[in-house]
Amino acid sequence: MKYLNTISAIVRKDVLHELKSREIVVSMLLFSVLTVVVFSFIFEPGSQFKNEVVGGILWMSFVFAGILGLNKSMMSEVTGGNFSALLLAPVDRSAIFFGKAVSNFIFIAMVEIFTIPLFMVLYNVNIFAYGAMPVVIFFLGTYGFAILGTLFSIISVNTRTREVMLPLLLLPIIVPIILSSVQALNIYILGHDPADASKWLQLLAAFDAIFTVVVFAVFDFIVED
Amino acid sequence: MSETLVEFKKVNKKYGHIHALRDVSVSLNKGEFVSVFGPNGAGKSTFLKLLCTMTPPTSGQILYENTPLNKLQDSFRSRFGVISHLPFLYSELTALENLRFYARMYDVQNIDERIKVLLEKVELYKRRNDKVRGYSRGMLQRLSITRALLHDPEIVVLDEPYTGLDTHASDILTRILMELFGEQKTIVMVTHNMKQGYDAASRLAIIKGGQLVFNEEKAKISVQEFDERYIEAVSR
Amino acid sequence: MKKLQKFLDIAAILLIVAGLYMAFMFAPMERVMGAVQKIFYFHVASAWIAFFAFFVTFVFSILFLVKQNFLFDDIAESSAEIGIMFCTIVLITGPIWARPIWGVWWTWDPRLTTTTILWFIYAGYIMLRKFIEEADKRAKFAAAIGIIGFIDVPIVFFSIRWWRTIHPNVVQKGGGGLHPDMLKAMLFAILAFSVLYAAMMLKRVRIASLARRIDALGENNG
Repeated sequence: MKYLNTISAIVRKDVLHELKSREIVVSMLLFSVLTVVVFSFIFEPGSQFKNEVVGGILWMSFVFAGILGLNKSMMSEVTGGNFSALLLAPVDRSAIFFGKAVSNFIFIAMVEIFTIPLFMVLYNVNIFAYGAMPVVIFFLGTYGFAILGTLFSIISVNTRTREVMLPLLLLPIIVPIILSSVQALNIYILGHDPADASKWLQLLAAFDAIFTVVVFAVFDFIVED
Repeated sequence: MSETLVEFKKVNKKYGHIHALRDVSVSLNKGEFVSVFGPNGAGKSTFLKLLCTMTPPTSGQILYENTPLNKLQDSFRSRFGVISHLPFLYSELTALENLRFYARMYDVQNIDERIKVLLEKVELYKRRNDKVRGYSRGMLQRLSITRALLHDPEIVVLDEPYTGLDTHASDILTRILMELFGEQKTIVMVTHNMKQGYDAASRLAIIKGGQLVFNEEKAKISVQEFDERYIEAVSR
Repeated sequence: MKKLQKFLDIAAILLIVAGLYMAFMFAPMERVMGAVQKIFYFHVASAWIAFFAFFVTFVFSILFLVKQNFLFDDIAESSAEIGIMFCTIVLITGPIWARPIWGVWWTWDPRLTTTTILWFIYAGYIMLRKFIEEADKRAKFAAAIGIIGFIDVPIVFFSIRWWRTIHPNVVQKGGGGLHPDMLKAMLFAILAFSVLYAAMMLKRVRIASLARRIDALGENNG
């Protein structure tokens, strides 16, 4: 109970902070929409193989925008020493981590909620033509991204080069997330057999589960300084 | 006599080959006000970090009321209130929002009442709905004192609290520290300021090169003597 | 320690020379591929050592977090560096071999792709170490990457394998029966590179711990 209280306190604080500063979601959203627009120049509008690549474009726009936001979100903890203050609080330290991860998940999800309709209009595809299953893909993919992204953003803000380190560390590690999310999404965009998607969803779920446990085990060790 | 709150037994802290603290043995009694002096990089901040359980010792033992560190619950950290030279505040939130957040983290009861009392003490109640971003250095530090005292900690740990303060803020800080001392709180303060550190303390300590080279009750030593000891310790 | 070092150095040189003999003289010429197939022995041996080296980094990253002994951090770092060197060899020899055989320099084959991702993970690991000043934080954060990176490898491999089976594979890897003498040459190359790895590790760990001592001297007197 206390554990959930801590998580909710942190999430409420982060959301409040974001409502006031609008630093994270707005810049992320602009960036992801911009990515979607700019990527449209790589093929002829209305070309045949368009549908085979748009799923990838959508996910890459989330990933790039997400990396931008993760860095910003963690910077607000580091400036002013707030992160140390959180670690000093009489709460389970992994609850602090999951609080931050949930906040980041919410921020990225907000970006997705606004980007997806725009994307569907601009590329003239309907992701949800075969039901609401793609929501599960977005959920699982974003969760895995947020969990590892939060951990790696703690690491990257502690380096000399701050912004550079996060994508360099995060992108290779989340290859399975990018790959399975894109492949699963493509199945729905192209109207293939939805049963094929379950394999990718299982991989996503396994990835999420494994790294939730690993991060839970590792976090305590790496934060005390 | 007075009861021992925290006891360091031959505590060492190494960062790689860097030996930040060497064989420090010291006990901290309830109701004491300890001022810790020492040159830069002597290990004062490391000492404070170990004290408030932010980092474990490499070797040796730290006992909190005879309980070793690794047996402590997370909730034990609520007995510490830490004031650093960093504010520990979110610049985009108002003073009230910052305090409410930390109050929730510390499970404080009667949050709003407690915040009001403390904010009035540091003369910031009128500014409670202002974003912290617009605060001056002195105001920030006053708010950060409020933040550290929200949960009524037994042990107050201060790392260079006077750095960069205007006289007004510095007077308020001194007043609050004396009040806490009067309430039998235990206070440990690291400082460069000889006068403020000496005047407030009931015990004086000097850390040099990771070692505790001086540790004596103030009653047993005069200002001049302590000055000499300090210069001797630092120049050696 | 000095003796062991000297022994390993000499053994590594001798074994590599012998390994060259095994690959070029002892093992029969492959009928279809010809001489270019000889690269296979060193390609496979390098891949094996790269994976082993990253495994060592993984194990010592965990040990470091648990025991806080900086020697473990030195070992993890050294192994990652040597691992990435062998990983680079794999990524260079692969295309040299692939070009005449498959007609392309590169194919998104699961093994090749996974090795590439692996290379990037540990390149990030090494870069991260360069960008953190405090030894303590450097070791802890690097350990986190060393652990997470290694756990990620099988997941990366499976995801890429599934991806490549969904799309028809352009080039099928020619596997199957290996001539017994070829197998011997390959195992010998692995042995030679293992000894080379051990010799390099010994030196690299020594350099790391000396560097740490120099840092400490600077810090304690500065």
